[in-house]
Amino acid sequence: MCDLDEGSNEDSMGRDSVKRISSKCMKCKESPALLIIRVGDAFCRNCFKEYFVHKFRAMLGKNRLVFPGEKVLLAVSGGPSSSSLLFQVQEGLSHKASKKLRFVPGIVHIEEGAACGKTLEERTKIVADLKSIFSTSGFPFVIVYLEEVFSLPSSVLQSIFSLPTEKDDLYKDAVAGFMQSCHTSVKKNLCHETVAQETTLTEDHTHASLLSTHAHANETSISAFRGKFPFSPEQTEAVKKLFASMKTLTAKEEMLQTLRKHLILYTARIKGYSKVMMGDSCTRLAVKLLANICLGRGAFLAMDTGFSDPRHGDITIIRPMREYSAKEIAFYNKLFGVPSVFTAGLNTKAPEKASIQHLTESFIVKLQADFPSTVSTIYRTSEKLNPRYSQTPADDKGTETCLLCSCVLGIELRDEASAFCAISISEELSQSKKPEGGQVSSSTMEECCAENKMETLESSGCSCQSRERRNTTPDFWSLLCYSCKLVVKDMTSLDLLPEYILEEANRRQRRTQIKREIQEYLLTSEDDADTAP
Amino acid sequence: MKMAAPISIHLEFGGGAELLFDGVKTHHVTLPSQSEPWDVKQLLEWIKANLLKERPELFIQGTTVRPGILVLINDADWELMGELDYKLQDQDNIVFISTLHGG
Ligand SMILES: [Zn+2]
Ligand SMILES: [Zn+2]
Repeated sequence: MCDLDEGSNEDSMGRDSVKRISSKCMKCKESPALLIIRVGDAFCRNCFKEYFVHKFRAMLGKNRLVFPGEKVLLAVSGGPSSSSLLFQVQEGLSHKASKKLRFVPGIVHIEEGAACGKTLEERTKIVADLKSIFSTSGFPFVIVYLEEVFSLPSSVLQSIFSLPTEKDDLYKDAVAGFMQSCHTSVKKNLCHETVAQETTLTEDHTHASLLSTHAHANETSISAFRGKFPFSPEQTEAVKKLFASMKTLTAKEEMLQTLRKHLILYTARIKGYSKVMMGDSCTRLAVKLLANICLGRGAFLAMDTGFSDPRHGDITIIRPMREYSAKEIAFYNKLFGVPSVFTAGLNTKAPEKASIQHLTESFIVKLQADFPSTVSTIYRTSEKLNPRYSQTPADDKGTETCLLCSCVLGIELRDEASAFCAISISEELSQSKKPEGGQVSSSTMEECCAENKMETLESSGCSCQSRERRNTTPDFWSLLCYSCKLVVKDMTSLDLLPEYILEEANRRQRRTQIKREIQEYLLTSEDDADTAP
Repeated sequence: MKMAAPISIHLEFGGGAELLFDGVKTHHVTLPSQSEPWDVKQLLEWIKANLLKERPELFIQGTTVRPGILVLINDADWELMGELDYKLQDQDNIVFISTLHGG
């Protein structure tokens, strides 16, 4: 086809028509195709736009999870996918939209420069770029810095479960309520007004309000930076130390994701949002699915990659971009001028084998290059997954959840043939290798045990090996799922973990200890007979 | 056989791919005259030799772009344009966008 071009350089007028392989848009069958979405599906510019916008509305409509008038927090990293999410919401709320979205959005951005070794100047520049994008949207926004994990309260790790009633009824009620409120208000754009009001408040008072609501508000940290940053240089150092203490990039990426999630959840709670939208694309989720299997999160795949993630109880995480491939998103952003801000992350310029997540990505992307249905096949697998054991309300049933990722613990144990079970058995058999008991704050159990591995228990005098304590104080590791255990084990010292994690760990340990102490006085029901150790 | 005249083209790198080019996103370059018309395959070799600042394997693998990096020729998917065999013309606009996590 392209041979025709030879020697016809001057003919700039007819160039486009000659150059393009003569395939037409498969939808309108008129306009020239601009991109191939799936094998054989070539779309023109207009049809692609229509398809893209429709898919977003359809995704939200089909799932009926977001109620009209509900406050929804958009987690925007500034990358292509979440920027595209923001753009779709903006478009969907605008007056010209045919099927208008009816929720009330806000934006949160977690600034992670400290973990990636960026200078304050670089970070300020990126934040300024993001702020200008966020301001244009007109939605209220919050920039939360990773350093703020050092002033989070431990309550962020406690899920509040409200037992869901019939979902459809709730949705209908919400729709009815919304319609009524719209009618009674004189102005029809009631929601927009409240948004605008909040906007003015948000910018200035964001950090003040974030800090003032915690128990550990650090006054000196604010004055140190004269209000420019809501954290102290010491906290930046603490973040750097925390990440430097992890040996593998795999663990660093997991830890960053965990801390980011906690900051988002916290922001959603104090600002009164009940839904959080994340921008994971289908390509991203396919990578996550395979990587998570490698990371030992197989039992949680449905929640980690599904459309909605109810594990946190009061806040539901939804992933409305999960049907778009990274290619579709990149094209849409390019063709329709969606602004995004590139920020180098932990894995930027890293070699392909640098981490499990990174390696999985290049594996899938390479496979995709030769077999274009790779991503969609993996993605469709994720759709078929159902949690085998649903996440049950935590506190009242005594179901323990992982300290870091909030997934139900012990799911693996219910299946006698699981790898987890095999590992626990072998751990039990080789007690001397395994750290046991001990206070979290006394920390460095791992080191301590590693050093004394070869010595006899008696001579080492290592407190974490104490057999008496083992029976009374549950150890830190039992609060974590298999996968999070691996992440924390990669750290050289537990002391470097943010305080809210250690504090909550202590609280849970104390609670379990008290439970054990009073156990003999409790009447056991049939239920307990099954689960009691 | 007549010599093809040198051609000027616009190159753009995005999605983090620009980091391999000193962070510079847009480049206006002139490809020297040669007996055959330039195609994308030769352009990639030229980029590797003249523009890439570091870690060429993160941009080019084998004779093509690293999987996960999209190529747009005049705002259209290069898959519709003949990919590596596409014959470049004066004032063409070639965009490389990394869709990989972290660029
Ligand atoms: Zn069309
Ligand atoms: Zn976990």
